[in-house]
Amino acid sequence: MGTPVFSWNLLYDFQLMWSYPFMVNAFRAGAIVAVVAGAVGWFMVLRRQTFAGHTLSVVAFPGAALATLAGFSLSLGYFGFCVAAGLVLALMRRGREPGGSEESAATGVVQAFLLACGYLFMALYKGLLEGPQALLFGSFLGITSGQVATLAVAGLAVLLALTVLGRPLLFASVDPQVAAARGVPVRALSVTFLVLLGVATAEAAQITGALLVFALMVLPAATAQVLTARPGLSLLLTVVLGFAVTWAGLVAAFYWPYPLGFFVTSFAFGLFLLAHVARSTARALERRRDASGAALAGGAA
Amino acid sequence: MNPVVAAEPQHNAEQQDPASAPLPESGAGADLETSGQAAPVLRLRGAAVRVGGRTLWSGVDLEVRAGEFVAVLGPNGVGKSTLVKVLLGIVPAAEGEIRVLGRRPGEAGSRVGYLPQRRSFDPDLRIRGVDVVRMGLDGDRWGVPLPWSRNRREQEQRVDEVIELVGASAYAHRPIGQCSGGEQQRLLIAQALVRRPEVLLLDEPLDSLDLPNQSAVAALIGRICHRENVAVVMVAHDVNPILHHLDRVVYIAEGGAVCGPPSEVVNSETLTRLYRTPVEVLSTQDGRLVVVGQPEAPAVHTDRHTGHHHHGHGDRRAG
Ligand SMILES: Nc1ncnc2c1ncn2[C@@H]1O[C@H](COP(=O)(O)OP(=O)(O)OP(=O)(O)O)[C@@H](O)[C@H]1O
Ligand SMILES: [Mg+2]
Repeated sequence: MGTPVFSWNLLYDFQLMWSYPFMVNAFRAGAIVAVVAGAVGWFMVLRRQTFAGHTLSVVAFPGAALATLAGFSLSLGYFGFCVAAGLVLALMRRGREPGGSEESAATGVVQAFLLACGYLFMALYKGLLEGPQALLFGSFLGITSGQVATLAVAGLAVLLALTVLGRPLLFASVDPQVAAARGVPVRALSVTFLVLLGVATAEAAQITGALLVFALMVLPAATAQVLTARPGLSLLLTVVLGFAVTWAGLVAAFYWPYPLGFFVTSFAFGLFLLAHVARSTARALERRRDASGAALAGGAA
Repeated sequence: MNPVVAAEPQHNAEQQDPASAPLPESGAGADLETSGQAAPVLRLRGAAVRVGGRTLWSGVDLEVRAGEFVAVLGPNGVGKSTLVKVLLGIVPAAEGEIRVLGRRPGEAGSRVGYLPQRRSFDPDLRIRGVDVVRMGLDGDRWGVPLPWSRNRREQEQRVDEVIELVGASAYAHRPIGQCSGGEQQRLLIAQALVRRPEVLLLDEPLDSLDLPNQSAVAALIGRICHRENVAVVMVAHDVNPILHHLDRVVYIAEGGAVCGPPSEVVNSETLTRLYRTPVEVLSTQDGRLVVVGQPEAPAVHTDRHTGHHHHGHGDRRAG
């Protein structure tokens, strides 16, 4: 395909990219994954379950490696392993509050063991076609329409579940005791959420690779939560930011010879830093205004 | 007439507002009293509770009517919070019959308001106080609220109203993790009140409030209790701030409960026996009670409480 050059004429650039079917699929898959990972990630950050999320994302690696080794569908490897690991984590954290510190050791055990399994599967599969690198750091080349369809179906299921469960899940995440007293099934929601987290991680891992899942699961949510404390707005902002960094990353990876995961993560990280700068500036301005307001009031008195 | 009730003579005389009166008790065992008062809102008969194979208390009988303010007192770890959880249906009772608003515990849903003990939010939690209060209103519903739904404005008004009522308007729009412990506590009281419950179960709501705020919040709860005919069960460590709002005291100790009007339970002999440390109860001229511990042994308070809780009661007065 030669080396395409970014022209700064976005319309022209997009026309060029959309003329390659693999790019169309990459953009579609990226959009689905960004929205799903963003929405689920927002709840994960709020519930302080990022370690569980990290474990599930690491589990994506042995899943994919086993699928390659045993010769079954890569999607099945990703989804099967992540959802199963989500259920295992749910089982281990029975009777505990979300975000409790005791769970991290058990979660870490699962993570280390499965990562080792992934390494074993890689070693057993001598032919290293794609190499572990794509599984760990992602690739947007060669996403098939079938894969996009699978991502879309799984993603829609997750979003639908979140729409129905969202409000009680928020209640149970922020205030589990009162939610339980109100009849919210806190425990069942916690299990369901880990399954949703498994599906979302499996989706994201197929684009960003197992290790950079957090670029889409944590960074947009953390950025949005820096910018606003309104739950609805913050969730919306998360999804928009995730979508923006993914597409920007795809464009960058198309035109420049560096990996997609690097671009997506750097953009997301850049926005996160910007959000912090913006908030500090806003605070400083507010303080100065307060101070000058007080001075004015003092002068008038 | 005991001096505590005399301090606020209007509240027991107040008649029930028919609109907010609890539904009559259904099924077996509904016994309306002949005095014209409604059936009890809360009733425990021969109740016992076991956690981890250990019986915390047993043979507890208690009836609380609409508009009654009941304090639950007792040393640490006797099962005060567990009593509240039994009433909520979170912890099952091992024995006895328990009725909340005429139903089994846990079945009365939003007609019961609950404030758990000592909750504080993660400083990083980026959710505003109003959102937490709002969750008390509709957080347990499935699905998403439609932005154009008709009762949305009503709900927002209700949230604002209840935040105003507890005096939390100034900080309700800040992230709740950044509010002080006392500010969070007020917002949580608002959350418990937002659905206009008929029963309020408050587990140490005055904890982490300073003295002026303790009496302000106690007065607020007393007002809601007596004006709006809400049955209040409040677990407390310090009786002084609530003493002159109270109708009844339940004292849990030694595997059972003593229940009665404050003058009978909050007296020198009973408290000294129950706390196993000398406690003196004085009555002031205007008919209020003052609980006085020995200066060297903070009586009503316990080891777990630190800081501002750690001074004797000798220099403090109820109200
Ligand atoms: N889930 C549980 N499993 C085992 N024991 C429990 C459980 N919950 C509470 N307990 C025990 O039951 C006893 C009563 O607990 P509870 O929280 O009701 O005490 P409390 O009277 O509220 O005390 P405090 O004044 O400290 O709040 C304690 O000894 C506690 O250790
Ligand atoms: Mg307690």
